[in-house]
Amino acid sequence: MDKIARIDMGAAGGPKVTVGDLGEYAGLGGRAMTSLVVAAEVHPLAHPLGAENKLVISPGMLSGTTGSMTGRLSVGCKSPLTGTIKESNAGGQAAQVLARLGYAAVILEGKPVGDDLYKIIINKDGIQVIVDNSLKLMDNYPLVEKLRGEYGDKVAYMTIGSAGERKLLAASIACTDPELRPTRHCGRGGVGAVMGAKRVKAIIIDDAGMKMRPPKDPEKYRDANRKFVEGLRKHPVTGEGLPAYGTNVLTNVLNEAGGYPTYNFKDGQFPGSAKLSGEAQAQLEIDRGGTATHGCHRGCVIQCSGIYNDKDGHYLTKQPEYETVWSHGGHCGIDDLDTVAMLDFLDDNIGVDTIEMGVTIGVAMDAGVIEFGDKAGAIRLVEEVQQGTPLGRILGSGAAITGKVFGVERVPVVKDQALPAYDPRAVQGIGVTYATTTQGADHTAGYAIATNILKVGGDVDPLKTEGQIELSRNLQIATAAIDSTGMCLFIAFAIMDQPETFQALLDMLGSFHGITMTGDDVVALGKKVLSAERDFNTRAGFTKHHDRLPRFFYNEPVAPHNQTFMMKDEELDEVFNW
Amino acid sequence: MKVTVKLFASFRTGRFDIEAVDYPVGTTVADVADGLKLPRTELGIMMINNRHVKLERVLVEGDTLALFPLLGGG
Ligand code: SF4
Repeated sequence: MDKIARIDMGAAGGPKVTVGDLGEYAGLGGRAMTSLVVAAEVHPLAHPLGAENKLVISPGMLSGTTGSMTGRLSVGCKSPLTGTIKESNAGGQAAQVLARLGYAAVILEGKPVGDDLYKIIINKDGIQVIVDNSLKLMDNYPLVEKLRGEYGDKVAYMTIGSAGERKLLAASIACTDPELRPTRHCGRGGVGAVMGAKRVKAIIIDDAGMKMRPPKDPEKYRDANRKFVEGLRKHPVTGEGLPAYGTNVLTNVLNEAGGYPTYNFKDGQFPGSAKLSGEAQAQLEIDRGGTATHGCHRGCVIQCSGIYNDKDGHYLTKQPEYETVWSHGGHCGIDDLDTVAMLDFLDDNIGVDTIEMGVTIGVAMDAGVIEFGDKAGAIRLVEEVQQGTPLGRILGSGAAITGKVFGVERVPVVKDQALPAYDPRAVQGIGVTYATTTQGADHTAGYAIATNILKVGGDVDPLKTEGQIELSRNLQIATAAIDSTGMCLFIAFAIMDQPETFQALLDMLGSFHGITMTGDDVVALGKKVLSAERDFNTRAGFTKHHDRLPRFFYNEPVAPHNQTFMMKDEELDEVFNW
Repeated sequence: MKVTVKLFASFRTGRFDIEAVDYPVGTTVADVADGLKLPRTELGIMMINNRHVKLERVLVEGDTLALFPLLGGG
């Protein structure tokens, strides 16, 4: 990864590719790369869909190596949904393939005039940008199917569906999994709309003729990777729970803890939760000839995903994740896994974030557009998004817009991004992260659920305010660093509990680059990333008053704990005070 | 005294999902776990009536005890 490609989509005479060296961005990858580039190069007041915005695509620092778990790809820009800086990452094959081709970043700049739609082909011979108007308004599954006819099965595809082309604020960028399904999405923040604004429909990445990236110290790297994998296999979460049940094992946990947002955050427990649970889902997947254990990219040893078949045994979608099952399930009062799986398929196909889309449907239900629990109605609403009807465009623009259009007061968003599947009144720590992260409400930015609810990596009482600020701060710093390595965030469960597994990770990073990495270096990297992101947001007009939850979380207690969000504003303002 | 015990994930294998059980007064979470042959090292999340508890917590009539192995997600 010794070069950066810049593709000026708005160049006179057609898109122009420039490949240069890394310069000031040397050594960066993933979120560190995307956020530092956006912070340095994008005007903070730029319109996110305008020529001034940039879409930065970057494999992680260890992507494309023999290291396991290294397949996360980061995409960054100024978000059209939140107006903040945005980093959204996904698994799938793209990161590994792009890294092996030597690109630390591919940056889409400018904006073409006119209506032409482009595809970008990246291979060992360079980068080509080609007009292909035959792809117009295709959704992800048929789109990838068509592209496979031309480019085959030994490549990775990054695509946008109709939602991205329509520049809807919930639009995602899909990355294909090892079986070429467009199921792994850079979902959050409307990154797909930015790709759509640049008129790029598909990026085809072909690493034929390329080799694994060689570590500086191959022996040490191999050894560290072996210890790292051992650690992941040994830990009960990464070695047993996630492979067997996937992330949706959390449905029962959060429901039992009274932190499962139900009927658009009106209740903390859902009567139908057992039917949506990871236990039920895994059994159904196995019974129908799918699988409850599947990796989103080659080299994943945790394999938290799965394959969900319909009742006739035909592939319907990948195993919907916990947040997806929640947003379309309990949040909407829907207790049927087949409906959730169909919605997951539709979201992936159209190319929208499953959290934003599900939360939006629940907000629309609260407005009376359809009833809570209306399964067919929920599917119909997402089909409106696919068709690009005026209602569909509103819904596809997310919960904040939909709430405004329909006059809903209870709209669960921070910085206009929908809250995920954990009620901050029952899990105070995650509320701190939602409120303060640079990204708009996002659980992954500082996953306080681990310590508050799961009791992994420590024990902080979810119903109290003590310890939550420090917890969220430390998690946000660590996450910003992990998001830069290309490692899947789920490794955190093992490295938080097992010092030797954390050391193995440090040794992988160190031996790859021929340096010594310490825990302090990781913290410094995380802080550097967060500081750049905070600085961008400040220049974009965000203040501490934006680092708050919607008022209803402070005013409306939620059952069963009958608590509100109790963190004081002054406490929230201390999160980034390190 | 009557207590409702709920088991989740791998703890269900060879046991049950939910059961109303009679226990003598003074029974602790640890006693219940031991009685069900749930290895202490595998115990992750323990909740009584939606609140996290520790092994030594004493159960009272009408409690709902939920036991999970160590789990993660996100
Ligand atoms: S653990 Fe899950 S999300 Fe992470 S790399 Fe593996 S399959 Fe992908």
